[in-house]
Order: sequence, then structure tokens, then C-alpha cells
Amino acid sequence: MLSQDIAIVLPELVLAIYTLLALLVAVYTGKDGLTQLVTWATAAVMVAVALWVAVAGAGSQTAFGGLFIDDAFARFAKVAILLSGAAILLVSEGYMAKRGLARFEYPLLIALATIGMMAMVSAGDLMSLYMGLELQSLALYVVAALDRDSKTSTEAGLKYFVLGALSSGLLLYGASLVYGYAGTTSFAGILTTVQHGVPVGLLFGLVFMLAGLAFKISAAPFHMWTPDVYEGAPTPITAFFATAPKVAAMALIARLVHGAFGGITPQWAQVLAVLSVLSMFVGAVAAIGQKDIKRLMAYSSIAHMGFALMGLASGTAFGVQAMLVYMAIYVTMNLGTFAFILSLEMDGKPVTDITLLNQFSKREPLKALAVLVLMFSLAGVPPMLGFFGKFYVLKAAVDAGMGWLAVAGVIASVIGAFYYLRIVFYMYFGAEQAGADSKMNPVQWLALMGVAVVMLAAVVNFFGLEPAAVAAAAALVG
Amino acid sequence: MNNLLSLITFVPAIAAAILALFLRGNDAAAQRNAKWLALFATVVSFALSLLLLKGFDPANIGFQFVEDRPWIMGLHYKMGVDGISILFVMLTTFLMPITIASCWNVETRVKDYMIAFLLLETLMLGVFTALDLVLFYLFFEAGLIPMFLIIGIWGGLNRIYAAFKFFLYTFFGSVLMLVAMVAMYHAAGTTDIPTLMTYQFSHEPILAWGLTITGGLQTLLFLAFFASFAVKMPMWPVHTWLPDAHVQAPTAGSVVLAAILLKMGGYGFLRFSMPMFPVAAHLWTPVVFWMSAIAIVYTSLVALVQSDMKKLVAYSSVAHMGYVTLGIFTMNAQGLDGAMFQMLSHGFISGAMFLCVGVIYDRMHTREIDAYGGLINRMPAYALVFMFFTMANVGLPGTSGFVGEFLTLMGAFQADTWVAAVATSGVILSAAYGLWLYRRVVFGALVKEGLKTITDMTRRERAIFAPLIIMTLLLGVYPKVVTDIIDPSVQAMVANYAAATTPASN
Repeated sequence: MLSQDIAIVLPELVLAIYTLLALLVAVYTGKDGLTQLVTWATAAVMVAVALWVAVAGAGSQTAFGGLFIDDAFARFAKVAILLSGAAILLVSEGYMAKRGLARFEYPLLIALATIGMMAMVSAGDLMSLYMGLELQSLALYVVAALDRDSKTSTEAGLKYFVLGALSSGLLLYGASLVYGYAGTTSFAGILTTVQHGVPVGLLFGLVFMLAGLAFKISAAPFHMWTPDVYEGAPTPITAFFATAPKVAAMALIARLVHGAFGGITPQWAQVLAVLSVLSMFVGAVAAIGQKDIKRLMAYSSIAHMGFALMGLASGTAFGVQAMLVYMAIYVTMNLGTFAFILSLEMDGKPVTDITLLNQFSKREPLKALAVLVLMFSLAGVPPMLGFFGKFYVLKAAVDAGMGWLAVAGVIASVIGAFYYLRIVFYMYFGAEQAGADSKMNPVQWLALMGVAVVMLAAVVNFFGLEPAAVAAAAALVG
Repeated sequence: MNNLLSLITFVPAIAAAILALFLRGNDAAAQRNAKWLALFATVVSFALSLLLLKGFDPANIGFQFVEDRPWIMGLHYKMGVDGISILFVMLTTFLMPITIASCWNVETRVKDYMIAFLLLETLMLGVFTALDLVLFYLFFEAGLIPMFLIIGIWGGLNRIYAAFKFFLYTFFGSVLMLVAMVAMYHAAGTTDIPTLMTYQFSHEPILAWGLTITGGLQTLLFLAFFASFAVKMPMWPVHTWLPDAHVQAPTAGSVVLAAILLKMGGYGFLRFSMPMFPVAAHLWTPVVFWMSAIAIVYTSLVALVQSDMKKLVAYSSVAHMGYVTLGIFTMNAQGLDGAMFQMLSHGFISGAMFLCVGVIYDRMHTREIDAYGGLINRMPAYALVFMFFTMANVGLPGTSGFVGEFLTLMGAFQADTWVAAVATSGVILSAAYGLWLYRRVVFGALVKEGLKTITDMTRRERAIFAPLIIMTLLLGVYPKVVTDIIDPSVQAMVANYAAATTPASN
């Protein structure tokens, strides 16, 4: 039996063994000389594991008595997490080296966080859920403070740690309530329990767990840490925060609400709907005054989480599918945008002030065009891919009879369009003055251009994203 | 030739891609190449659309030249034209070479300018040919991006404000339409426009928050579409983005905006609002009537007091669009024919009016009416052209402007005499501001120092106006070329509408 269980968790195991070995090697061969090699190797291993998961995985199976689930849903999320994590590692390598942050711990901590996320999306039990979540969170607290000599970075790390601990506490409290009232920690067990009536205590537990997870995806009103941490942490870390952990936490919410509380959809759908509306509006309105592009991306990710939650709030299989598609598109857009943000510098120093983008299109026409595509995509204007993500979740909401949520969403997206347009405005219409340069290494250039092309070309078809999302949603809800 | 429509639509986009990817440098030769390639692509598109017109059978009221391929998410890439849309396609392909030729003197970022216009043409053609809701929305909305850039990069002094206002205003209108489209997809299970035109959306009253919504789902959908098209049209009181956008946009941008982009609103009413939500449209007809009548009178009065030429022409556009909405909502054959006709004719005339303003703006770099006077002394050819289009704008018999207004008002009299009476007064007002503008700019003694050396129109400028003059006259003296094509489709639409609304009004 054990061998079967191990076969199921083998991808996670391989990544973990690699990480520990690499850690040993790096520690014994002197300080940071191997950083570049370790970064590339880690990314390569992550891509390989992603391909392995995507190609070799089939059907649904559980390991360790239901603690760990391997199904199409988990595989979809894992591929998204691994690929985005690897891409961020590659894109940020040049930045880290240039800014003196090239420590070998960075790729390995990212790898550890990735293992945690993979455990999260495969969790079949409150225990494994918490274990995965904490493995991820602890690794992320450390990387947020990676730039030890920077006041803002350490502040970001501490803030993230304190608020993250609080949210973990909320989650744990909720989990204990659920355990107390359901008498079991396994999702399957909870699912059977709730079908025979729902005690109030169980609902309390559910709400606390959702609040804890809302912290992780930075959904309003649990978003306060996001702008500060995004701004303070080194930019590559911000890029990572904005992508893989969001997918993992969102997938975890989907797993929890459908896997454990599938019978009482109306109970949690309204909670998610409220989180969704608040996030969309907070993200759209609060970003208007921002001048710092990292803070802006923080609010942008809050708004995007609101849209993804709209898909989940519909409580249907199509809603899950919409959420997955939305997250995949969101991660791709953010990858391109952060590749650009990473490359911004002025007089050799990294800058994040958007007013410095003045007339960027004259200095770098092609890059400006790519960023223009990304901004309109983030704003959800067709024919960019971002629009299709929005269309998906809107359809999920309307199909579930939540027309009001869809209307609120599109109004928020109009408000949000303003700040994306503002970046375009600085790049194309701004006053003539000295501004930021964009110095890219080939990987960053490739990431920016590749993502921009995908945003346009994917209109023709989704490159197989759709059938994968359908299968994933069917595995979870079907 | 199964792909004729796609070909017409995407030829400009392909040219734009070639420009973007392969044209290097920014010297005079590169600029000239960009202009010629753009002109070539638009002319090719126009030539192909002539084939379309040739192969079109007016007697067939269904969609023709249909292309249908499965797309993502159960949607379809479906295109086709009927009697309503084919003339808009022709209008677009006809005007775009003229537009490109009119901006031959642009010097800043020529390549980008041409790319923006070529993409805009593709997107506009897509709007008129798309037969799938989402495909339509895609083209409809994406058109905002090049227009935003055209106003923002090449516009006047206050261009930033105008660009943002234009984008956010129209974006807000259309996202509500997006939700309505999703709801239609949900209700009817398809996004196929021809199917939806025959689908009966529920008009059972809905009770929501203690209010009874008469007309139910249809009313909600109608209002959502109305929000989008009314802004695009633009109708009073949501027209305020238009004067700003027009004044700040470069000449070619104004031409495209007035001549083609505004028609998307009218086209939307004809394609969606009237056939798909007839009961709701019937309920809201009086409101739209009075909004149109107010638009005609109010914006004409506003036009009277403008000191900026472009703003005056922009307000006159809003007034003329008032006739279009009036004509559409009469839902009788004369009114609809008139509205269609008015849209086409306005495409030529308003485009030409903006070009007229552009001609002297290029020379003097001001749009203030007070800065001119007595131009007839130095620019006789210009004075003639400007007079012709002023008269056409006023609606002088013999020009296409007359036919459109006359048919519309005739339709309106059958529907609501009072509204028609108010709207008719707009004809007089339009003569007032039009002729007054002309007198102040062209007649009188040439006293202003700066004007003493002004030169008459160049050969290029005359060549630009020639086709517009021909079309305005042709449509004015022989309107049958248009009505023959649109009439069968219009008759079918009127019949369907009457069938759908008669039981409801009992």
C-alpha cells in the first residue's frame, strides 16, 4: 500500500528531494557562487515536474487514507503553479544578480513554497491542508525579507509574517470548529456530515476558514497587507507573490468549498460573493491614486481575485472551470507585466514610479506596445485574453442567477480600467522628460513579448486550456 | 470566395501587421512607404467590397456571404451581411482610403498613425459583419483602443482629458451590454445573432425589490443595450463625450469618429434592440422619441453659439443622429429607410465637414471661427466645396441630407405628430447655424493679416473631396440605389416588429 501512496505523491517527493540535495550541495560548496546554476536547475526541475504531472497523471486517486488527492483539478493547479514559479525564477535571475540578492536560498525557498502549494491543492483533509499551507507560508515569509539590509524588505517580511500568522490562526480556529462539529477532518467525511443537516458551529468554522484563506488570496476586506508587502519586498518576490500562491490558495478554496461543503452551496456562495464584490471595488478604487507600479499591481491583483471569486461564488462546475481559466490567464498576464517591471531602472537603480514611464513608447516602441497589450488585457478589453477570463466568470455568475454580481463586476472593471489606462497614458501621451529605461536580459524580453503575443493570439483558440479546465472542474464538482 | 468578408475585414489588419513588424526606421522614405501601404490596403479592401456588393442579392432578406467556424467556449466565428449591414461595410471601405489620404501631411509617428487607422478599419468592419454576439462585442469594444490612442497621441492640447473621457464613457456603456449578452446566452443557449433575432425573450413582468418591471427580461436587456448604443450614438444627454473627443482628435480621427464610429450605435439598434427586444422597444419608444427631439433642438441651439468650428460640427452631428434614433424607433418603413439613409448620408457629409475644417486648420492651426473671414477671396475652390457640404448638412433638396431627413420626418409624423413637429424645427435651426458659420468663415472682406497669404486647396485635397461630392449628389438625386438594397430587409424587420408588438399592446 505504501508503495502505491508513494507513487501518487512522487512528483512532490522528487521536487522535495531535489531541493534538499541542492541545499546540501550549495551549503557545502561555499556561499553564493552556485546561485545561477541552482536557479536554472530549480526552474528546470519544476518545469520537468510540471510536464510529468500534465502528461503522466490520469484519473482520480487518493493516497495516505484520503489525506492526499490526485485528480484533474489538482493537476491543473499544479501545472499552473509549477510553470509560473519556474517562469518567475528565470525572469528574476538577472535582477537578483544585478541587485546583489543572488543567494542560493532564494530558488530553494521558492521550491519549498511550491511543494507546499502542491500539497495544498491536493489536500483531502484539514490536516494536510494546513500542513501544505504552512510549508508555503513559512517559505514565503522568509523570501519576503530576503533583502536583509533593506528596511522595507524586512518590514514587508515581518508584516507578512504577523498578518499571515493571524490568518493561519483564524484558519486553524475554523478548522477546529469544523472538526468539533463534523467529528472528522477528512473532506469526504465532512461532505457526508453536512448532508444530514448543518449545525451553526460548522458554519462558523467554515466562515473562519474562508476568512483565513481570503487573507492568502488577499481578497477584501482581508487585503490590507498586500500593498505594503508588494511594495516592500524585492520585485521578483512580489512577482512570485502575485502568481503561484494566488493560484494555490484559490484552488484550495475551491477544493474546500466543493470537496468538503459541496452540499451546502448557498451557505458559502454568499460569503464568496460578498468577498468578490468587495475585492473588485477595493481593488479598482484604491488603485486610482497609486503612483508606485508595485502597489498598483497589488490592488490590481486584489481586483482580479474578486473576479476569480465571482466564478467560485456561482457554486457550479462551470464556475470552477471559469475560475481556473481566469487564474491561468491572470498568472500569465502578471508574468509578462512583472518581467517588464523588473527591467525598469533609472541611473542603474530599480524604479517603480509610473510617472517615470513618460514617453516610454518613444524610447522603446516594441516594449511599450507589449505593455500596452498587457494593460488592456488586465483591464479586460477585448480582443485581449483578459477579456475572455472576464467573460467566463460573468457567464458563470449569470448562469447561477447572480446577475447583480456580474453587473457589480463590470462596473468595477470600468473604474479599474482607469489606472491601467494611466500607464498607457504615461507611456504614450506623457510629457517629454528623462524617464526610466528598460534593460532586459533575453529571458525577460522573451517573457514580456511571449506573454503579449499569447494575449493576442489566444483569441484564436485557448491552446487546450479550455478542455483541461473542463476536466479539472468535472473532477472536483462532477 | 467563401471568405470574402473575412478578407475584406482583415486586409487592413494584415497591412498593419506588416507595417508593425517589417517597416524599420522613421525617415522620410519609411513614412512614405507607411502611407502608401496603408492607402493600398484600404483601396484593396474597398475593391473587394465592390465584389461583395456585386454578388449581393437584395431580394434575399437572410444573411449572405456567411462564414461559420466553431470558436472557443461554444462560440462561433460567424460573419455575414444583410441589407442592413452591407451598406455600412461599403461606407467604411469607401471612406477609409479618403481618411488615409487626408492625413498625408501628418509628420509625427506616421507609422503608428497608419497602424492605428488600419486596425480601426478592421475592427469597424468586424462590427458590421459579425454574426455572433461575442464576436460583435469583441470588435465593438476593441475599436476603443486605437481610437483612444489616436486621440491621445495625435490630438490637440486637451487631448488627455478627451481620450480618457471617450474611453471610459463608452467602456461603461458597453460593459452593461456585455452582461446583457451573457444573460442572452444564458436564456437562449446560443450567441448566434440570426437565431437570436427570431428568439422570443420573455417579457413577463418581473418583480424585483418591490418594483414591477414591465416587459421583464426584455426591458432589462433592452436598457443594457440602450446604455451602450445611446452613448455610442450619441444621444442626448449622454453625448457630452463627443464634442470633447472631436475637438481634440486629429482631422482624420474626427472623420472616422463622425462618419463611421457613430453609426455603430444606430446599427446596434437595428441589429439588436429592435428585432430582439420588440416589446421593450415598444414600451420605451415615447422616451426615445422625446430624447431624440430634445437632442435635435437642444444640440442645434448649442451649435449656434459655438466659437470653435469643430465643436459646431460635432454638435450638428449629435443633432443629425437625433433624426436617426427618431427614424429607427418609428418602426415603419419610411422611418427606418430614412434612418438608414440619414446614417449613410451623414457619413459622407459629416466626414466632409470635418475635412473642410481640417483644410483650413492645416493652414492656420486654429479652429476659432473668429480667426477666419473672407476666405472666398483667396480660396474660391474651397468656398465652393465648403458651401456644397454646408448645404448638404442643412438638408438642401438634391443632396443626400434632404432625403434622409425627409423620410425620417415622414415616418415620424405617422408615429407621433408632436415629436415630428418639434424635430422639424431642427431643420431650420441647422440652416441657421450652418449658414451663419459659412458666412463668418467664408464671406466678408479679407481683413485678417494672417489670412492674406492663405492658399487654396491642393490637388490632393480636391481629389479627396471629389468622391464625397459625387456620393452626396448621387444619393440626393437617385436615392433608389440605397433603398433598393435596404428595403427588403427593412420591410421584413417592420413586419416582424409589428407581429411581436401587436399582441402586447392589446
